[in-house]
Amino acid sequence: MMLLKNITVVDFSQFLSGPSAGLRLADFGAEVIKIERPIVGDICRTLYVSDVKVEEESTIFHAINRNKKSFAVDLKVLADLEKIKKLILKADVLIHNFRPGVMESLGLSYEIVQEMHPGIIYAEISGYGHTGPWRDRPGQDLLVQAVSGLTSLSGNKNDPPTPMGVAVADIYSGAHLVQGILAGLYQKNRTGKGARVQVSLLESILDFQFEVITCFYNDGHNPPSRSEVNNAHAFVAAPYGIYKTKDGYLALAMSSIPVLGELLNCDSLLKYQSSSTWFSDRDEIKLILADHMKSHTTSYWLNILEPADIWSAELLDYSGLINHDGYKALEMEQQVETGMGFRLKTTRCPVRIDGQKLTSFIGAPTLGKHNTEIEQQFL
Amino acid sequence: MSNLPLDGLTVLEFSQYLSGPSAGLRLADLGARVIKIERPITGDACRKLSIRNLWVDDSSLLFHTINRNKESFTADLKNKDDLEIVKKLIKRVDVLTHNFRPGVMDKIGLEYESVRKLNEKIIYTEISGYGKEGPWKDKPGQDLLIQSLSGLTYTTGNSDGSPVPFGLAIADMICGAHAVQGILASLIRRQNTGRGALVEVSLMESILDFQFELLTTFFASGKPPQRSKVNNGHSLLSAPYGIYKTADGHIALAMMPIKSLSSAINCEELNRFSQQEVFSKRDEIKIIIADFLLQQKTAYWIEKMLVNDLWAMPVMDWDELVNHNAYQALKVEQVVVTSDHKRLITTRCPIRFNGEILTSEKGAPKIGEHNKIILHELGDTKNS
Repeated sequence: MMLLKNITVVDFSQFLSGPSAGLRLADFGAEVIKIERPIVGDICRTLYVSDVKVEEESTIFHAINRNKKSFAVDLKVLADLEKIKKLILKADVLIHNFRPGVMESLGLSYEIVQEMHPGIIYAEISGYGHTGPWRDRPGQDLLVQAVSGLTSLSGNKNDPPTPMGVAVADIYSGAHLVQGILAGLYQKNRTGKGARVQVSLLESILDFQFEVITCFYNDGHNPPSRSEVNNAHAFVAAPYGIYKTKDGYLALAMSSIPVLGELLNCDSLLKYQSSSTWFSDRDEIKLILADHMKSHTTSYWLNILEPADIWSAELLDYSGLINHDGYKALEMEQQVETGMGFRLKTTRCPVRIDGQKLTSFIGAPTLGKHNTEIEQQFL
Repeated sequence: MSNLPLDGLTVLEFSQYLSGPSAGLRLADLGARVIKIERPITGDACRKLSIRNLWVDDSSLLFHTINRNKESFTADLKNKDDLEIVKKLIKRVDVLTHNFRPGVMDKIGLEYESVRKLNEKIIYTEISGYGKEGPWKDKPGQDLLIQSLSGLTYTTGNSDGSPVPFGLAIADMICGAHAVQGILASLIRRQNTGRGALVEVSLMESILDFQFELLTTFFASGKPPQRSKVNNGHSLLSAPYGIYKTADGHIALAMMPIKSLSSAINCEELNRFSQQEVFSKRDEIKIIIADFLLQQKTAYWIEKMLVNDLWAMPVMDWDELVNHNAYQALKVEQVVVTSDHKRLITTRCPIRFNGEILTSEKGAPKIGEHNKIILHELGDTKNS
C-alpha cells in the first residue's frame, strides 16, 4: 500500500498550505520531516484556534501534522544549516512556503539546492507568485479569497461579500502542490531529472473558479450575480439552493421546475414550462419554492422527491453527520497517538488504494522529537 | 514547455460532468494524452449542461472549459463490437477513470477485476458520490447534496443566518484533485514495482477531508463549530478574522493581535479587550471594528495595515482583479482553439514546472472527433 515507499520529504513549510501537501505525501507512505525552529516551531502549533487545544497545541496543528517527524534546527546557525544541507542531499522532495526571498537569504535557493542535488523536486507555495506587485504581500487564505473575486459567489445578492468558511485557497493549493510533486517524481523515475514545482494561493484559487471565470472571460466580462434568495451558485438556474422546511433545511440541485411543481403540489410553479425561465426568473421561482417548502417537514418532502429521482438531500450539521449510518459506513475517522502519547481522533486520507483505506496511528510530533533519530539515520 | 512530466502516458476517461473530467484535465495539463470515451450522439452529459446559457457550438462553454486538451472516441458500451474495441484500447493505456454510480461498470463488464485481466498494470480510478457501502451509496453524487450532508454549509455565513453553501462545486473539484493524487502516486509505485492499482475516491470522503481541521476540533471538543454572529470568516478563528465594509468597499482582515490592530487604526474602544478575549468576545469585538471601519475608504485602511505589517487586503471583484497588475503578472489566461477554429479564453494549469507555465492551445473535441485516428492506431483498417 505504501505508494511512496522510500521517498523522503524535507518540509520547511508552516501553517496549512505546504503542510497539507506534506500530509498527503505521508498518507501515501513518504517519510516527511518537518524542519522547525527551536522553541517555537511551526507557528501553527500555537495558532490560537477557538478554545480547543491538545497538549497546549492547537487541534489544527495535530490534524495537519500527523504521521510526520520533527527536526528542530536554527537555520541561522551555520552548523545547523550544514546539517540541513546534508539532509537535503538524501531527500527526494523539498517543500517550503516562505515569502519570496527567504530561502535565498538562507542560502537554500532553488539554484543552489539544484546544483548540489540535481535530482531534487523543489516545491514552493507562495501567496501571489514570484513576480508582480503583490509578491511580498501576506499569502493568507482569507486575503487571497478577498482579492480573487471568490467572495462574490456565496451568499445572497444583497449580502456583503461572503468568504468560504474553510481555508480553501490553502487546501486547494496544497493539493496542487502534491500533484506537481508527484508528476515531478514520476518524470524523475523516467528521466533522472529533478524539477522545480511552484504554485501560489492566488493561481490555485483562480483555477478553483475556472468554470465561472471562463464564463466571465468569454461573456463580455459580465459579473456573477448571486440570486436574491436561496443562492447556491451564481451561474445556475432555479431551484438550485437550500430551502427551509417546517423542521430544518433541504437542498435541491438541478431539476425541472414544472416537474417539481407537480410533485410538490405547488401550482404556481407550473407556468414555468420553458427551461430558459428557470434562469431568467430565478428569484421569482425560488421565492415561490421557499414559501412552499416551509409547509412540511424535510422528511415529508424527501419521501416525495427521492422516489422520483429528484436530486435532493437533507442538511446535516456535524452532530447529525457523525451519527448518520451513511457517514459511519465510510469509516472516515482514525485514532492517532501524539508525540506525548495522547490519543486523538482525526480524519484519514480520503483516497483508497487497492480497496484499502490508508491509515496511520502516528500522530503529530512534539517539537524536535526526531532530532537524534534523523542525525543517526541521515547525518 | 516541450517536455512535460507525464509525456507518453495515456488516460481513458469514461467520466462525465466535473469530478472525473477535472482530474483528466489536470493529467492533460501535465502532459498525458486523455481520450474521452463518449456515448454516440449525446456524449458526455456535460455537453448539454450550460451555465448562464453560454454555448460554444453544440456543446456548452462549461464542457469546453473542462475538456480542453482532450480527444474524443465514441463507443456504445452496450454494443458488443464497440465494447471489443474499447477493450482493445484498455489494453494499451495507463490510466482509466470513471464516475458512474456503483454497479454500472460491473454490468458492462468493465469493473476493475475484468479490466485488470485485460491490463494488469492499469491504474483504475473510480469516483463515486459516497463510496460503495452504506445507505448513501445509491444517492446521486451531486455537489450541493454532498455539501449539505457533510456539514459544510454550517461553516459559511453568519450564525444567525441560514446555512450557506459554497457557491462553487467544491466537492467535485477537491475530489477530482484527490483522484489525480491517487493516480500519480500509483503510477510511481508502478514504476518501482510493476504493479497496477485500484484508486477509489468519493465526493463525500473528499469533502470530509477538506474539513479535516474543523472535524478534528469537533472530535476533540464535542461542540460543533460556531460561526460568528457578524462578519464571519472562519468559525475556529478569533476576532478580527473576517470581511468588513468600509466607506467605499470592503476589506479583509486576517489573524492579527488585537492591540496591534487597535493602534494601527487608532480605535481606542478596542483597548479594553485583552488577547485572551479575542475568541470568547469575538462578536462584541467584531461589531466595534465593523462600525469603526465604515469611517474611511479601503485604500486608507490598507495603507495603515501595510505600514504596521498587519495582514489585510482589499475585497475585489473579477473586473478589478483582471485589470490589476498583480493578476496580469501571473499570466493566468490562455486561448484555446477548437478544430472548427472557435476560440475561447480560459485559465491555464495552476502548477509551474521548472519556472515555466504550462499551456496548450488545444480546445475540447467534438463527439467522436478522434475515432478515425484511434481506430487506425488500433490497426482497424476497416473503420479508420
